[in-house]
Amino acid sequence: MPSMRETKASGILFQIASVLFALLVTSLVLILANVEPFAAYKAIILGAVGSWDLVSNVLVSWVPLLLATSGLLVTFTVGLWNIGIEGQITLGAIFTTWAMRLMQHSGWNPTLILVIAIFAGMFGGMLWAVLAGALKTFGGVNEIFGGLGLNFVATALNIWLIFGPWKRPGVASMSGTLPFDRSLWMPIAAGSSRLTPATIVMAIVGIFVVYVLLENTYFGLKLKAVGKNPRSAYLLGIPTWQHMMASFAICGVFAGLAGAVQVTAVYHRLIPSISSGYGYLGLMVAMLVGYKASLAAPVALFFAALNVGSIQLPIILKLDSSLAGVLQGTLVLCVLLGQGMRAKFLKKKRARL
Amino acid sequence: MQVEFRGITKCFGTLRANDDISFTVPPSTIQGLLGENGAGKSTLMKILSGYYSSDAGEILLDGKKAHISSPGDAINLGIGMLHQDPLDFPPLKVIDDFILGKKGGILPSRSSAIREFEELADRFDFSIDPEAYVDSLTVGERQQLEILRLLWLGARVLILDEPTTGISLPQKEKLFATLKKLAGQGMTILFVSHKLEEVELLCDRAIVLRQGKLVGAMDPPFDTKVLVEMMFGKEIELESKAKLSIGQKVLHTKNICLEGARINIKRVELEVRAGEVIGLAGMEGSGQTLFLSACAGLAQPVDGSLCLGGEEKDMTGRSYLEFLKHGVAYLPAARLEQGLISGLTLMEHFVLAEKMEGFFIDRRKAEELTKDRIALYNIKGGPDSPIESLSGGNQQRALLALLRDPLKLILVEHPTRGLDYESTIYIWSKLKERCARGTAIIFISSDLEEILTYSDRVLVFFAGKVTPPLDAEKLNVERLGRLIGGKDWENLEKEAAYAVHA
Repeated sequence: MPSMRETKASGILFQIASVLFALLVTSLVLILANVEPFAAYKAIILGAVGSWDLVSNVLVSWVPLLLATSGLLVTFTVGLWNIGIEGQITLGAIFTTWAMRLMQHSGWNPTLILVIAIFAGMFGGMLWAVLAGALKTFGGVNEIFGGLGLNFVATALNIWLIFGPWKRPGVASMSGTLPFDRSLWMPIAAGSSRLTPATIVMAIVGIFVVYVLLENTYFGLKLKAVGKNPRSAYLLGIPTWQHMMASFAICGVFAGLAGAVQVTAVYHRLIPSISSGYGYLGLMVAMLVGYKASLAAPVALFFAALNVGSIQLPIILKLDSSLAGVLQGTLVLCVLLGQGMRAKFLKKKRARL
Repeated sequence: MQVEFRGITKCFGTLRANDDISFTVPPSTIQGLLGENGAGKSTLMKILSGYYSSDAGEILLDGKKAHISSPGDAINLGIGMLHQDPLDFPPLKVIDDFILGKKGGILPSRSSAIREFEELADRFDFSIDPEAYVDSLTVGERQQLEILRLLWLGARVLILDEPTTGISLPQKEKLFATLKKLAGQGMTILFVSHKLEEVELLCDRAIVLRQGKLVGAMDPPFDTKVLVEMMFGKEIELESKAKLSIGQKVLHTKNICLEGARINIKRVELEVRAGEVIGLAGMEGSGQTLFLSACAGLAQPVDGSLCLGGEEKDMTGRSYLEFLKHGVAYLPAARLEQGLISGLTLMEHFVLAEKMEGFFIDRRKAEELTKDRIALYNIKGGPDSPIESLSGGNQQRALLALLRDPLKLILVEHPTRGLDYESTIYIWSKLKERCARGTAIIFISSDLEEILTYSDRVLVFFAGKVTPPLDAEKLNVERLGRLIGGKDWENLEKEAAYAVHA
């Protein structure tokens, strides 16, 4: 059997090869599109770190992405594919908006209103996640299908609210509901146009909590056990479906928080695409880091930088900004492919010995 | 078609599942293959049908060397296998299932296939509606469908692996009539079974495998005594059993009836007392696992009730977690699939199994506990060893070490399967230690000597039927072997050994 060190070394080797391969594939795509790859990469990098404003945009995008990833690490640990996270983010945003609308003219302290609204968002996300969990546990609906269905319901609900009960006075608009009063915006850092330090603290505390939960608590270990082998876990005395439900709820809280951040700190209103695809992107980040909480923050930051950096592409290279998506997707695919190949490679090696 | 095996050898790791097996089956013959579980019957048949490739040896069909490297090759050569669990597609219609696997154009002609299906079915007096869905058929009908399909694909050698498990008596009679008819038409049939009576009734000749080796062959008239001896080996001297005083009532199954996927069990009445060991004997799939699961709340009885403890607390319908709270633990046979969690370390297992205080894991305490248990149970591995890196014997020790203490009842599937002699002795010494402290044990084993050596009383399972509890002292390997093969089941009630009050 290969030694531990050998196994680890081959892991790193395959990881590096996967990333290089992903870059190669993306470069080929760029060449096919008649674009000099290095110019495109340079534009992305400059677009992400070229100025303090751009960096703060990256951080703005990093917060909800990391929150979503943090939640997903919990559901992945217990062996669940919480595709429904997009809907959970949307519900978080809807609940936050709802709470804000109820309280905006109450004259209460803005901080209090924001705190209550954020908790409302967390509750909304949790509700949607628990619904997906209940469908799985009691209705026998696979969480992937249940989540996907609930995503559509959440989107429809969101659109209905924006064009119906919560529409702007006069005319409903794709640009969303009427923005809240400036006093109800999350406080913005001095010298920046969008950066809200409070949300960055939330994201960092969030991933830290998840890390500790998964690595150092009985609860986390039980989640791991259920995720790796529900049957054995049950025979060891661990109630399985209860742990699955709990992890859904926790992920929902994180997703709801991401939605609340989108409303209170980024858009200051409800917009049709409020989740901005951070849920799906979070799935990719979680897969890319191999479900390890310790790597989630930097990789999420990298993905956020790609997102923000690629916004410059249409301006500089007349190239669509979806290139970031191509790069992210290829990266995840290549890394998963690398892991699969490596598993095969190790198996063959073992068989030969 | 004549089938000849020449020196077939197949190893799985260190286990020689087939060891230099050679024999010939002439055409128009029903050849019986007998042997206990793990004797190598299924392996040999899977080699013939292309699911496994042999490490050495060759197969000759009508005297010509055959290259069979996949099930597709086998069927092209005319070898069809009827698996123990029908390999069909429950969500499909019968006719679609029938057409599958047939070579042909992109658009199969359903109407001609239906015609041929019905002609074929008529020949054997089967009545299956081609438009019905496969999952609406009984196991017997699904078997018939498989036979028709294989015949349609041109099979000239038919392999049947334990075909009578889970089908009704009339279906069995029809199956046997069909097989005899097919043999009359020149078909070579290999019939794998552990049921002596069926082999005696049906087969033109029989061979017996034991521990991967061909140990004997017999033509009719069959001598049951000799067959049993070949299957299970000569009787050996038993270790003397230390008699323990039997204590308080631990478990009482009051006429429980169980329904499994393939087997139903009717009315088992059993009282188990503290410190007692009950052995469940029988061929795999005869209902022992179902019964054992029910004793832990892992399967729910459809009738009757199940009580725990001297006060007869009714636990019918409760979940395993509640049984666990009442001191019942279950150890599955598939250690790594059902008992342990691959990817977690030994220490993580102990942390999970032990009731720990607080929210955060106390690593120091956990490590101490793990080191204690590793020493106590003589496990070769450290606290941070991933569980899957341990050997089978050490995994079994770990499973035992994970058991809570005290326990009232331990239910074990195949406690020593696949273990070497030293581990076997060790595992049982640990289990007996528990008994001495008042824990009752119910275990399943296909090793007759293990059953006779360690049980106080024995239940024998045969096709869902269960004997009354029999005194292990009054059994021997031969008698147990006959009971397992479905013989001598009359008048067992007289011998029933019911526990006496202490």
